[in-house]
Amino acid sequence: MRAGRIAAWAVLGLAVLVTVFPFWWMVRTALTDAHHLFSDNFSLWPQHFTWANFKRVLGLSSLAEAQAAGGSGASLDFVLYLRNSVVYTAVVVAVQTLSCAMAAYALARLRFRGREALFSAFVAALMVPPIFTLLPNFALVRNLGLLNTFAGLVAPILLMTPFTVFFLRQFFLSLPREVEEAAVIDGAGVWGVFWRVALPMSRGPLITIALINGVHAWKDYLWPLLVGQEEGSRVLTVALGVFLQQSPNARPDWTGLMAGSTLSVIPVLLLLLVFGKRLANSLNFTGIK
Amino acid sequence: MTATITRGKPAFKPAFKPAHSAEGGQGRHALLFLLPALVGFAAFYLYPSVRGLWLSLTDWNLLSDPEFVALDNYAELATDPLFWKALLLTGYNTVLNLVGQITLALLLAALMHRLTKSVVLRATLLLPWLVPNVATALLWLWLLDANLGFVNQLLDAAGLDTHGFFNAPAEAMPSVAAVTTWASVGYVALLLYAGMLQIPSSVYEAAAMDGAGEVRTFFRITLPLLRPVLALVLVVSVIGCFQIFDTIAVATKGGPVNATKVIYYYIYQEAFTHFRMGYAAAMALSLVLILGVLTWVQMRLMRASDSDLG
Repeated sequence: MRAGRIAAWAVLGLAVLVTVFPFWWMVRTALTDAHHLFSDNFSLWPQHFTWANFKRVLGLSSLAEAQAAGGSGASLDFVLYLRNSVVYTAVVVAVQTLSCAMAAYALARLRFRGREALFSAFVAALMVPPIFTLLPNFALVRNLGLLNTFAGLVAPILLMTPFTVFFLRQFFLSLPREVEEAAVIDGAGVWGVFWRVALPMSRGPLITIALINGVHAWKDYLWPLLVGQEEGSRVLTVALGVFLQQSPNARPDWTGLMAGSTLSVIPVLLLLLVFGKRLANSLNFTGIK
Repeated sequence: MTATITRGKPAFKPAFKPAHSAEGGQGRHALLFLLPALVGFAAFYLYPSVRGLWLSLTDWNLLSDPEFVALDNYAELATDPLFWKALLLTGYNTVLNLVGQITLALLLAALMHRLTKSVVLRATLLLPWLVPNVATALLWLWLLDANLGFVNQLLDAAGLDTHGFFNAPAEAMPSVAAVTTWASVGYVALLLYAGMLQIPSSVYEAAAMDGAGEVRTFFRITLPLLRPVLALVLVVSVIGCFQIFDTIAVATKGGPVNATKVIYYYIYQEAFTHFRMGYAAAMALSLVLILGVLTWVQMRLMRASDSDLG
């Protein structure tokens, strides 16, 4: 019995180790002097500690310094890509959450002709794999002259994604009507009820869906790869891919690549520190309904 | 459109009718509430779906005008060995992922369920899922490097054979599957854990009274009661596995010698490297149909398992 418990904890401990160790190895590589990466490859702590890799991927060192630190000399500016990613994620989360909440509220609470048909259409859209709409969407965004612009980047997911509407509608359906009716008696209009009653009462699910949409936007790769290739609209994930291509095949710039990867993980870590409990608990609602 | 919605026939009996609104006055509000989402839906879901269908019947290189070729693309698909190979590889990757993810996730979820409610543990397990797949792929590209990667150093130190991983045709697909499993197993475990929390504790108390051991309790109680949740996780995982792209694009680029050219990557290449939009659209539509059938079958299984539970 006791041996069983110890074994069970050992398995969980191993799972945590396997989860966390690769991240440690990433940071450890990023903090190692490139010239010594291969000589002390097996030590768990950077033997030749340096900030140089972060400095050069952030575009803070001169060309000569970057090359001395093991870079190819290609210009890198992860500050810019980090900013692009943050703006992209923030805009998508803010606009999409509000727009979808409004639609979900109408579908849950307002009476109008064609409501069921519209909801069915949204649910049907949920089943279509993104690559099917991606090809025509690329052609559309290109024809509109929106390639390499923020507008083109956010366009397909800015105003709605079926899942967000679906998720929020489920929640609005469960809100008690009495509270809304009381607000109406106090003279609130439809917009007033939505803005001052329904939204505040849904703070939990709204934050949950905003977090999920934020994570997805942060991880996005394929669409930004197609639409945001130039510097001004290049997000972090695309920049990492470009960085890998610039790095020689025979001897990849591992220290620089790991420094860049670390930069893409830091915001996620912060998110986990602030919202860890909510994120861990949010899975109760999202997957299983 | 506006007129019909605004007039909103009172055929619908409003269950909840705000005092301020005149009969059917909600139609106008509803339209305003729905307008942004409707624009997004029409422009980026509805229109592209119709256009995608049309594109699959054309030959188009993105520059000149699309040329109507009827079903030529589909005829070519039927005899394209790479298309069938891509489907097989996608299936192979999906099976590897499902077996790895679901057994490991079940184990982790069961252990957490019986041992700890720790939020720190759950948040830690969620970490790989939060990280961009591009960063995950880069990280494992380094860890699995054929010469100097940590994993090979470890194998070497233990006196075992080293491996090519992403560089070896036979090992590349399993390596990709291992990486995606690593990235999502914690997330799947938390979904299953959430499902386990819904099982009433009285069932476990009864089992304990009967003297059932942990393993027996898991197979006789937890697993059967979890079947609806498991089925849902299965549907979501299969859809996710069919759409694997980022890891392939960064770690293997479909290689070596097409050993990891899964369907999503093949579609992407045809469309944006070879500029064969029509052919890519035909493949994408085939994927819609395949996923539709798979989902339908799984839904049927899920319903069957529901009725089993009574």
